[in-house]
Amino acid sequence: MRRPLTLYGLTFSLPLLIWQLLFFVFPLVFLVALSFWTVKNFRMQPDFDTVNWVTIYGRSVFWQAYGTTLAMAAFASALVSILAFPCAYAIAFKLSDNARRWAVFLMVIPFFTSYLVRVYSWQIFLSDAGIINVMLGWIGLGPYGLLNTVGATMIGYLTLTFPLVVLLQLFSLVFIDRTLIEAAHNLRCGRLRTVFEVIVPSARVGLVIAALFAFILCFGDFVSPIYLGGGDPTTLSILITDTTKSGQQWPRAAVIALTMIGTLLVVAFAAVRFAYKGRTK
Amino acid sequence: MSQMRMPRTGITRRTLLSTGAAALATPMLSRRAFAQATELTMLAWYGHAEPDIVAEFEAENNVKFVPKYYTGGDNMLGLISQSPPGTFDVILSDAEYVQALNEAGYVEELDPNDYAIDEYFPEFQNFPGNWSDGKLFSLVTRFGFLGVAYNTDALTEAEASSYNVFWDPKLTGKVGHFDWHLPNLGQMSLLNGNANPYDIDEAAWSAVKDKTMSLRPQIGGFFDYGGTFSSLNDGQMLAFAGIGDWITGVLEKNGAKVRSVIPEEGGLQWSECFSIGKGSTKAELAKKWIQYITSAKGQAKSANMAAYPALIPNQKGWEVLQAENPDEAKRQGMTKDAGNAIDMIREGRIQYRQWPVQQSLEDWNDFWSEYKGA
Repeated sequence: MRRPLTLYGLTFSLPLLIWQLLFFVFPLVFLVALSFWTVKNFRMQPDFDTVNWVTIYGRSVFWQAYGTTLAMAAFASALVSILAFPCAYAIAFKLSDNARRWAVFLMVIPFFTSYLVRVYSWQIFLSDAGIINVMLGWIGLGPYGLLNTVGATMIGYLTLTFPLVVLLQLFSLVFIDRTLIEAAHNLRCGRLRTVFEVIVPSARVGLVIAALFAFILCFGDFVSPIYLGGGDPTTLSILITDTTKSGQQWPRAAVIALTMIGTLLVVAFAAVRFAYKGRTK
Repeated sequence: MSQMRMPRTGITRRTLLSTGAAALATPMLSRRAFAQATELTMLAWYGHAEPDIVAEFEAENNVKFVPKYYTGGDNMLGLISQSPPGTFDVILSDAEYVQALNEAGYVEELDPNDYAIDEYFPEFQNFPGNWSDGKLFSLVTRFGFLGVAYNTDALTEAEASSYNVFWDPKLTGKVGHFDWHLPNLGQMSLLNGNANPYDIDEAAWSAVKDKTMSLRPQIGGFFDYGGTFSSLNDGQMLAFAGIGDWITGVLEKNGAKVRSVIPEEGGLQWSECFSIGKGSTKAELAKKWIQYITSAKGQAKSANMAAYPALIPNQKGWEVLQAENPDEAKRQGMTKDAGNAIDMIREGRIQYRQWPVQQSLEDWNDFWSEYKGA
């Protein structure tokens, strides 16, 4: 049923619309326009030239970085989803109301400190003379090269996304109709089978959205690949900084950024579609 | 009790009240003074408008610097081109970018008679890029050398005295790059025996690319400013290409076991120059600042900047530094001894870091991206 526009309704919807136009649509349109500009002697000139698209898409380095970034972000979001689920499950079903509130509070605390600071502190743990290698040394192992590896980047990605993914998963788990779980138990469904056949399908939307958020955050992250991964391999975010660092090539950086935005939109739509698949409401 | 104590300390109720009132009013006074100070905007690398450098000048001239710090010349050009003329009163620029500043008309002409250029070493009096058609547009204020940075526990100075040390098997995965193509590829070009490392023909450029690619398996990472500091400091990287004392000097002063050496194949020179921004309404004050920082006294301060140390082109500045801070003068090689920094330049061991002459900057940058992705 469509309702006529009212002043009352507009009062609440307009600010959001204006906000979206100002801070999302306009910059995006500008970014698209920028990608057709040219650069001469370090100065950007408004233009309509496809040279930036042709150059960037014609470079193997770009596609290599694209594949790497996509794979790393996908792996990280799968990993964080798997690791976060038992944690969210325990908080949702095993803790008392009071303990659950504390657990949620603890999950929020990491957001109090800057992500950059948290990533830097990982260097103290992971470096060759760091805490982990020193402790391994006590039992005669190592030192292992932990820092400046893809594994270290993954740790950074987990640092970024883990608390958020636990919280998102948790919110979908606590709203599961408990009678469904009781019914499953009454019908002799085992605990593990209940998790996979009742709880996971019931919480599918939340779990998929949580994984999607993890993917979005990791796909665009610059801090972990550079400070824990040592900038090797090159991810798209690093490629953007490389492109702007020499010769003011912002238009080419815009091409990379737009490709990233496009990729995220496709992934987001696919994920949402999958999450709500089969739902009638 | 309190009355008995008072005579001993000499504090009476009246003095207590008046000093208290004065103490309470002090922030107001200083706030007024602060408000009256003229604001001078400076576009520079981090550190140039910090108290260790500008406090004295600010106090003497009732000026307050408002710094805008950039990271890299491209960033600097971007900031200027996106701001209206007159936004920046003083601009500090790497020498490679000075020409671009001139050509774009971003800086005012300077009068050479305003500055103590005759106190400069002859090599710096006609510094390339500072002059254009006989007119002065910027003035070099400090410079430094780029060579092999190394961990003194892992390598001896003799070992580090050739760029070939980067290929040493014991350094596999322990060689870091400062993530910018210009200094790294310049060093590779020096290693390949190119007398002018940036003016090379296609064959030599091809050879530089091959040589650089052969180093790829040794590389432990590509680091920005902060990452370079931390990976050298915690020993994660044992040798570093593309940097020099501007990084290791800061770490060395803080007790880290790192140093830089100019290898036998030669080193590169970075240089920073001051200009007055086009359309500055405080050009007179900006001139005064450049006079101060290029004077012997200002130069000695600049050499020992907390953010990153540097060599200075003013000979009298060397003398002031030798008198005030002989240890730092010695550490940086700004002494009267043979083999000092200026001797290295005179022996032809140092080449300017500059933009590639026969290739475009884009070619070098694209290769660098390829190298990183390899």
